[in-house]
Amino acid sequence: MSVEPLVALPVLVPLLAGVIMLCLPARPGPRKAWLVAATGINLAVGCLLLQGVSRAPGPVEVVFGGWEAPVGIAFHADLLAAMMVLVAALIGFCGAWYGLGEIGRLLWRRHYGFFYLLLLVGINGAFLTGDLFNLFVWFEVMLMASFAMMVMGRSAHTVEGATKYVVLNMLSSFFFLSGLGILYGKAGSLNLNDVAVKLVDASGDPMILTSGALLLLAFGIKAGVFPLYFWLPASYPYTGFTTAAVFGGLLTKVGVYALFRVFGGALGFLSDLTADLFLWIGAATMIVGVLGAASRFHLRRILSFHIVSQIGYLVLGLGLFTQGAFAAAIFYTVHHIIVKTNLFFAAGVIAASGRSERLEKLGGLFTRAPLLALLFAIPALSLGGIPPLSGFFAKFLLIRETLREEAWGFAAVALAVGVLTLFSMTKIWSEAFWKESPRSAPLSRLRAGRLAPVAVLAAVTVGIGLAFGPVYELAERAAAQLVAQNPAAPTPVPRELSMIATDTEVSEP
Amino acid sequence: MEILISLLIGFLAAAGVYLLLQRNLFRVLIGLALLAQSANLLVFAAAGLGDGGHAIIAPGAERLPEDHPDPLAQALVLTAIVISFGVLAFCLTLLKRAHRRSGDSDIASLVKLDP
Repeated sequence: MSVEPLVALPVLVPLLAGVIMLCLPARPGPRKAWLVAATGINLAVGCLLLQGVSRAPGPVEVVFGGWEAPVGIAFHADLLAAMMVLVAALIGFCGAWYGLGEIGRLLWRRHYGFFYLLLLVGINGAFLTGDLFNLFVWFEVMLMASFAMMVMGRSAHTVEGATKYVVLNMLSSFFFLSGLGILYGKAGSLNLNDVAVKLVDASGDPMILTSGALLLLAFGIKAGVFPLYFWLPASYPYTGFTTAAVFGGLLTKVGVYALFRVFGGALGFLSDLTADLFLWIGAATMIVGVLGAASRFHLRRILSFHIVSQIGYLVLGLGLFTQGAFAAAIFYTVHHIIVKTNLFFAAGVIAASGRSERLEKLGGLFTRAPLLALLFAIPALSLGGIPPLSGFFAKFLLIRETLREEAWGFAAVALAVGVLTLFSMTKIWSEAFWKESPRSAPLSRLRAGRLAPVAVLAAVTVGIGLAFGPVYELAERAAAQLVAQNPAAPTPVPRELSMIATDTEVSEP
Repeated sequence: MEILISLLIGFLAAAGVYLLLQRNLFRVLIGLALLAQSANLLVFAAAGLGDGGHAIIAPGAERLPEDHPDPLAQALVLTAIVISFGVLAFCLTLLKRAHRRSGDSDIASLVKLDP
């Protein structure tokens, strides 16, 4: 079976499922069942797509409606896009599953399920599109759904958090639209392949630089990099746990993906200017995020700041601007999405059984809920970079690339931030699990159903650690395809095919 | 014509930024609306205004004359207008809710949260 028909499915399946969701009766029962079923189908589609794309000789280009590529709506499904679609589908499925225990009757009546699926439509569209304007449109689809999901809960602080989120994102859309408008005026096309070819000699053009700066600002806000990250810790902690987990795992990473796609691929010819900038932005983001996390004593605030700090690692990978660094950053992204969602899930269970999110009010969970302790420890250690979990390989690869580029200072920052990450994870551990519970009242009972998706994601992070070779090989091929989109590709550094080969044998050229 | 449109874009953006820096949330929203409009005009102008004619291929002709405006840019702007309208409508209801909750529309009512 050829891959082309599969490429549109990650967008079509959740969209159709969302329409069906609207037609279902307003009771939670059928809507819950359908959401899990639909995200399950989406996950299957994601698997098929990755399988198809990884067997294809190169990126799969599909143009809809019979128009030629620069004008028509094009999907560009390369390995990076397919990997991200699969990870997003996994998070989507686990989020739907986890939401069964948390999302209340009122929210189901308010079409929570529909907006959840719409969010997946936007995310998948943003990953797959091959055109900057369509990226803008998919971003807006995603944002609209996320706005609705954010304000749905109507808790005390939701509106305040959501206002910041919405205003900042509207500003980001303004920058994005202005940037792509100028780019269109210069290139006459917004297809990323086209832009790369047409503009490769125009790298010094002031209009291109303006456009690049505007796009950088737009994606920077969405990704939550320093100094544009303030909206993130101010809004994520005030939504529901499921919502925060899915947002924390996926939304900022779509911004990072756009940065890679545009500044690592199509506008890669700007790398003389952008590469150093990304290195500094990445380092600053890591430090600010991890210090923010170390100074907070509220579960979701700690985790929100950790999103920021981990984004720094990804941007650092972009700043190194070698194929190996891209591969490391892609691997890191996959690891980070899974682990971050997992931690938010676990935090939800901790908060539900301890009846608080403040660390000083929690305690005693280690004896009461040993399984929860284990399921928190796995992603927490993975985030901190302890072998043999996926986080160790992600950090190892990235820092190895930093050393290879002889960016000693940045490598030191990355290592120090890793230690501080571990510090704030042990802070949660000792406060919530080891400390005696400050309350005499019995804790609420844990339901095994809520732990199941947490366990699935924890198994995935262990699995990626154990099956490191194949996943990294995929990331390397994805990086190669990403770099190939940039005509002024970074200088190819001779390197071994995969890490494992070097450990056992001398690689042949 | 290009100069005039550029000045208009600059004016709209400047007014938008000015309003964005106000304390009243509804002014912030109007500022965002103005910024969105300036971005729409920017896309429109950046693609070239051409001779100001309409971007429809004349009967019998195969393609547009050389200096006609670019129809694709107009289609992009149309999409962007629809999107910004939808987002603004959402934002308005959100601000209305924030207003009802806190009793005033001052931005200071939002900084109670620990960032």
